[in-house]
Amino acid sequence: MAEALTLSLLIGISVGVSAGYLGSLMVLKKMALVGDALSHVALPGLALGILFNFNPFFGAFAFLFASAVIIWHLGRVTKLPFETIVGAMFTVALAVGILLIPEPDLLEALFGDITKVTILETVVAVVISVMAVLLTKMIYRKLVLGMISEELAISKGIDVSRTNLLYLLLVSLVVAVGIKIVGTLLVGFLVIVPAAAAKNVSADLSKYAVLSASFGTVSTCSGILFSSYLNLPTGPLVVFSGIIVFLATVLVKWKAE
Amino acid sequence: MCTGTMENNDDYVLNVSNLSVKLQNQTILDNVSFKLKRGTALAVLGPNGAGKTILFRALLNLVPYTGKIEWAEKVKIGYVPQNIAVDDIPISVKEFLSYKNRVNVESSLSPVRLSNKNVADKTLGILSGGQLRRVLIAWALTDNPNVLLFDEPTTGVDHDTEEPIFATLSELKEKNKITILLITHDVHIVREYSDYLLALDGGVKFFGESKEIMNPSIQRIIYGETVCAGAPDENR
Repeated sequence: MAEALTLSLLIGISVGVSAGYLGSLMVLKKMALVGDALSHVALPGLALGILFNFNPFFGAFAFLFASAVIIWHLGRVTKLPFETIVGAMFTVALAVGILLIPEPDLLEALFGDITKVTILETVVAVVISVMAVLLTKMIYRKLVLGMISEELAISKGIDVSRTNLLYLLLVSLVVAVGIKIVGTLLVGFLVIVPAAAAKNVSADLSKYAVLSASFGTVSTCSGILFSSYLNLPTGPLVVFSGIIVFLATVLVKWKAE
Repeated sequence: MCTGTMENNDDYVLNVSNLSVKLQNQTILDNVSFKLKRGTALAVLGPNGAGKTILFRALLNLVPYTGKIEWAEKVKIGYVPQNIAVDDIPISVKEFLSYKNRVNVESSLSPVRLSNKNVADKTLGILSGGQLRRVLIAWALTDNPNVLLFDEPTTGVDHDTEEPIFATLSELKEKNKITILLITHDVHIVREYSDYLLALDGGVKFFGESKEIMNPSIQRIIYGETVCAGAPDENR
């Protein structure tokens, strides 16, 4: 029991930090809903894992990775906004996933179940999260400069398109790990809400990124602990914890104004 | 598309010949040619859609083009775009200027007459139009460029702030021997702060010394009518 809780908390910290940190860029890029929708693309991958008896999360990784590349490529070729492409893809993926996933496993795929986490999954989650945060840190300023002005970034020698692709791939990885805790339906929360909360109380970029990662961790860890003590599903409690943090920052912002 | 460097011509920093840009099957720039002397200021003038910004994008190699753009050797370009999206991004002036981690914020702000104390910790989104343009100039100068491309320096700036910005640019040009290319709609700015004028409307309508803008016959070439009183019309 204690070991399971420790593993859950380790994953919780990893996902909270990485989703919060990467999500801070998603919110700035006004792509918050892209992060949410992207998570649904994992469903057919999860389904294949369940049907063919391999770890469903590897299926989710593969589908998210492939989707990120397709979204990036279509965005470049068609010049359509990311939201449009992701919107079309995620609804199809959701439909396919729900049709393919056997009913008893559907609930876990949609809402996650961190109580069944293994040591290997924990190690994978920690390694992926650390890698995602470190790589994102390396391209953070480039991405922000690209958001401020793509021309400005290109004139400084930044390959905006490739940087965006790397970022999308890293988001896919973090989303795939996050699915274990809160499931495909709620993982978008971890990408959006901690960052939105951090934005309410930040005047500079470094503070914003650190707070976003911290709020993500507070949300996942409190959700996991409450879930353990109250014996309730983890996903919704992570969401409730995060929303309390978000409301607190709204209050702070309102008072400051 | 041919971007190259000029050989054995110390006087000139830029040589553009027969530059044409087509985007989505529409000709935006047609056969544009001009040369620019080192350490001078060129004002690029023209109505909306005349291809001014596209000219800058071509000079920065950001759009495909035909013709030839030759920069002098060892040229370093600083670029200040017309529009940037900062309203929703919590980035401080200090962070923006420290983009490459090796910038002294105070010394970056002083050439553009901004005080470190007043603006360094402010978020870009809450700066006034004039302050933001100055921060952008400071940012463009962080790499010690010898050429500065400035797209509509007075966008979002009130009238009282325009003059100090151009005075700053003029000062930079004199002190640091920077070559400046700026897009503007303002005849007064052309006359006061630039040495040469390139009037565009798809192609080149006029290229010559800026003081010519006060000549009514030149104004008629550029605008199709006389827009302000100035020097006597020598061609009349």
